[in-house]
Amino acid sequence: MEDFFRQLAAEAPRWNFIFFYDERSWNRIVEGLYYTLILSVACVILSVVIGVVGAWAQGSPSRLLRNIVQGYIQFFRNTPPFVQLLFFYFALGQFTPTYSPDGWLQVPIISNVGWAIISLSFFAGAFNVEIFRAGIEAVPDSTREAAEALGFSRMQTYTEIVFPLAFRVSLPALNNNLVNLIKTTTQAFAIAVPELLYQCVTIWNDYPSAQYPTMLLLFVVYIGLVGILVFGMHKWERALRIPGYGV
Amino acid sequence: MAEWTPDQPLVSIRDVHKSFGELEVLKGVSLDVRKGEVICIIGPSGSGKSTLIRCINALNDIQAGSILVEGIEVHDPDLDKLELRKKVGMVFQQYNLFPHKTALENIMMAPIKVLKEDPEEVKKRARALLKKVRLEGKEDAYPGELSGGQQQRVAIARSLAMRPDVMLFDEVTAALDPETVKEVLITIKDLAEDGMTCILVTHEMGFAREVADHIYFTDRGVIVEHGPPATFFKKAKDPRTREFLSQIL
Repeated sequence: MEDFFRQLAAEAPRWNFIFFYDERSWNRIVEGLYYTLILSVACVILSVVIGVVGAWAQGSPSRLLRNIVQGYIQFFRNTPPFVQLLFFYFALGQFTPTYSPDGWLQVPIISNVGWAIISLSFFAGAFNVEIFRAGIEAVPDSTREAAEALGFSRMQTYTEIVFPLAFRVSLPALNNNLVNLIKTTTQAFAIAVPELLYQCVTIWNDYPSAQYPTMLLLFVVYIGLVGILVFGMHKWERALRIPGYGV
Repeated sequence: MAEWTPDQPLVSIRDVHKSFGELEVLKGVSLDVRKGEVICIIGPSGSGKSTLIRCINALNDIQAGSILVEGIEVHDPDLDKLELRKKVGMVFQQYNLFPHKTALENIMMAPIKVLKEDPEEVKKRARALLKKVRLEGKEDAYPGELSGGQQQRVAIARSLAMRPDVMLFDEVTAALDPETVKEVLITIKDLAEDGMTCILVTHEMGFAREVADHIYFTDRGVIVEHGPPATFFKKAKDPRTREFLSQIL
């Protein structure tokens, strides 16, 4: 196999699949994949949590809380995620405390990977709040009223009845947003998170002959990654389907 | 406040006023319901009858007057609503079952989550209630798989599972097909015969005549006339009542 790619690189100089025979390049790809997966999984989970909590807070009787959520949504939805990443890392990163592992070096407690996760989660979370809110609005008031009449508290009504129904309505839109989120993790490149795009660019800067193959790899990996997410989400949608009910 | 005793009215409504913005829907309504009594509230649409029974379990607030349920002032701002809702069961026009739960789960949910009762004991009771509303075998059906009349009977069972002292029925047959109306009415009649205190808003005059101990006719936010069915339907005095009855009977 390795010989085949070596041969190919010699015969077709633009198709140097260097990561298939050069161990250092291969390790870069593996590391990149690892960080891309970390970013994707962490951001998907965190942004969904932000969406759930935010949508709940939006229905709160406290005006202050509702305004805070609204301000948050406006900020994160109306500014580019790229700029947000730079802002979090370079602006907020300055004010975070540091610790010293060896008495010499000062290491910030939140690394660039940490900032990327925080920043991208808040970005996608803003959309998730809106997505869940739309789902919550689709639950009829009369259903909520029935719960109230049975003595359910506001919290119980939300967790037992409103949210499970709203979640089913929200799944297709949530699916779309999470797909976008996974693709947006490539922007963590901007703050030097060693994710897949970062590693690929490093490789093709070192070996311009490897540019096409690494680009091809990027496409293949993202198609696969998003494919897995979409497959999982569709399965989940089907599993949650209620017999005789619209969604 | 004096302790409530069973010889006092279970529900006591005094001079209740209720407005939605500028629109005054209830303009001083008073009525009493004793334990074990079945009363029907009838009247044209928009006369405030649904609003009135929604006020009894604090789904709507009131601007003036008082509503006592077993001596609890319903519109006391410090009221523990849970205490009220344990006493008052309510069934709605649109059934409002929880669509993601089966018939049995719909019935079991509130006793388990709200009253924190033992799930096994609740399950037994829920099965018995389904039998009582003649829906044996539908335990695992989802609301979407049941007919309107069946859903409404599950809703009645769900409400009964909380062991209320009074049941409110808000036009519970209005959304049903004519052929399923009867099965729901039979269920309510069974309940009434078991001694459950019931307050019904209904358009089913034949049913009202059959089960009610007392009938109230409301129009434009006031009680125009009331009496036991025998006298009410035959000897209505007020012209508005007579006009309404002549249109509907």
